[in-house]
Amino acid sequence: MATIAREAHKIRWRYLLDRERVLGSLLISPAIGYIVLLVGVPLLLAIYLSFTNAISGHLEADFVGLKNFRTIVSDPIFLQALQNTFIFTFVSQLIVVILAKILALALVKSFPGRPLARFLILLPWVAPISLTTLAWDWVLGASNSSLSVINWTLRAVGVLGPTDWIYWTAFPSSAMAAIILIHVWRMLPFATIILLAGLTSIPQEIHDAATVDGAGFWRRLFEITLPLMLPIVAVAVLFGIIFTATDMTVVYILTRGGPYNSTHVLASLAWQRGIFGGQLGEGAAIAIFLLPLLVIVAFLMLRLARRTEVV
Amino acid sequence: MAAVEMRGLKKYFGKVRAVDGIDLEVRDKEFLVLLGPSGCGKTTLMRIIAGLEQPTAGEVLIGGQVVNDLPPRARRIAMVFQSYALYPHKTAFDNIAFPLKTQGLSRDTIKEKVEWAANMLGIAHLLDRKPRELSGGERQRVALARAIVREPAVFLLDEPLSNLDAKLRHAARDELKRFQRNIGTTTIYVTHDQVEAMGLGDRIAVMNAGKVRQIGTPHEVYHEPADTFVATFVGTPPMNLIARDDVMIGFRPESFLPKEVYNAHDDLVKFQFHVRRIEHLGSDRLLYGSLKDKDDTPVIAKLPLTVSVQVCEEKDYEFAVRTGDLKFFDRETGLRTEARL
Repeated sequence: MATIAREAHKIRWRYLLDRERVLGSLLISPAIGYIVLLVGVPLLLAIYLSFTNAISGHLEADFVGLKNFRTIVSDPIFLQALQNTFIFTFVSQLIVVILAKILALALVKSFPGRPLARFLILLPWVAPISLTTLAWDWVLGASNSSLSVINWTLRAVGVLGPTDWIYWTAFPSSAMAAIILIHVWRMLPFATIILLAGLTSIPQEIHDAATVDGAGFWRRLFEITLPLMLPIVAVAVLFGIIFTATDMTVVYILTRGGPYNSTHVLASLAWQRGIFGGQLGEGAAIAIFLLPLLVIVAFLMLRLARRTEVV
Repeated sequence: MAAVEMRGLKKYFGKVRAVDGIDLEVRDKEFLVLLGPSGCGKTTLMRIIAGLEQPTAGEVLIGGQVVNDLPPRARRIAMVFQSYALYPHKTAFDNIAFPLKTQGLSRDTIKEKVEWAANMLGIAHLLDRKPRELSGGERQRVALARAIVREPAVFLLDEPLSNLDAKLRHAARDELKRFQRNIGTTTIYVTHDQVEAMGLGDRIAVMNAGKVRQIGTPHEVYHEPADTFVATFVGTPPMNLIARDDVMIGFRPESFLPKEVYNAHDDLVKFQFHVRRIEHLGSDRLLYGSLKDKDDTPVIAKLPLTVSVQVCEEKDYEFAVRTGDLKFFDRETGLRTEARL
């Protein structure tokens, strides 16, 4: 009897990993640990800090309720940054989705050199953003306008006189445009790849059926392809919005929020206030200000993606 | 209504000769089946007729007009795809209405025609459902309705029954055939299933490796196969082939019966048959075994229920074929030749 029990025990342990519940929990635990430690803890900490008067270097601080939020909403720089964040996110995502759709449509067709074209289009995504922003800085002449490739070219072809300069990042609107341009350039590959995947997942027979049914290019695009791609476009836009609304790299490297704090987005302002300015509580309040809105956006987008799930 | 003609059609994908010189005429109102194994080029041929592929060489004529340069929508064809290719985000109504919408018909006309097609196929009550809410058979009807709704000159059907389960397939086959007879539209039907081909086709074009090996009525294709490919592809189990000198002799499993079954005055060729295994299929018995010749040629016999002769496994019997049921093929080319005994 004892040997049988021992055998059963051994067998139970030997096939432990064959049980889906055990193996599944084991495989997903690193991801859960990662999210809890590196996303959950900082997020909760930020929410806690936003209700305190903490300054850098100390985590002990007094609870001040909504004071930080009251302060920032009456701060014109914050309001400007909030507006910039919306413009930055909305305009860049709009351009990205349109361009990515066009690129995906072009890249789904087979032509000589397509692998190379696909590779080149992915490049901006794999290059470190700090490096590429510096390259753009040089192209635009943000930190030294005499080095601007654009200015140099315009002068070479005679559009600009020898003493004319264009200061791309010296004015709020052109600086904002430059930031959006770089961000679009950077986000485009990711969106293109997602849309390309969505496009290739539509069965060829559906396109063929539409062709035989007499639909031309535009009708196929708007009545068949786009509706079928809606879920995947929603996912691409969701990622785009969240990446963009929480991004500060381009702003920070290109303009540092200048001129006169006019191009700050929430993330860069939070960094400046909280880390440089040392007002951790206020910085945290700025950083999590959009959190409820982004949660709602994510919820709506995922619902849209699920509702239109087609096949 | 229109006849379809293919003249010297070729389609090469790189080195692959998907369609390798096809001349074929489909008569007006005819139901022609393109039958062949997968990869024989039958679907490519259909896609060329539809205008979804451009031929490497040759011409397609629909109703006497060369349509090579016409886009699919100008060819007056309708196609039903293997997967049905229904638009998943549109209701059955909008699916059926789509080919009418592209013609810019008025909303009232569209509604009228969609309802006509839906009634004909008995799916009027399903019109506001999405494809995913429909069963396989219902989807197939929606796909058919979408095809007939604009009253095409030619129907192209690409294995439309292969996604149905076996039970539904018989009913669907019968329905499809009656339906085609009613509307009388020229129909080209692609399948790899020879039972479907025999059951549906007015004529069958048997294809292999990009070429048409034989075109004829189901009766001709079955009883007078043009070569060994057709002989073994059409019919289950396939025709038995035995090598004798420079010819192959073929006979159908159901023509290969115990000697006792025949009358005394029948003109017979006799074989010693070693039965290895017996399958009881209800209506038939299949006997697997080999001839007692120098090659031990494997053959199959199919005895209908009416033959009550006792047969056991691992025993030898005397079987026979009527001389008239023997087919002769050239051993080199595989083509039919004169009877040689």
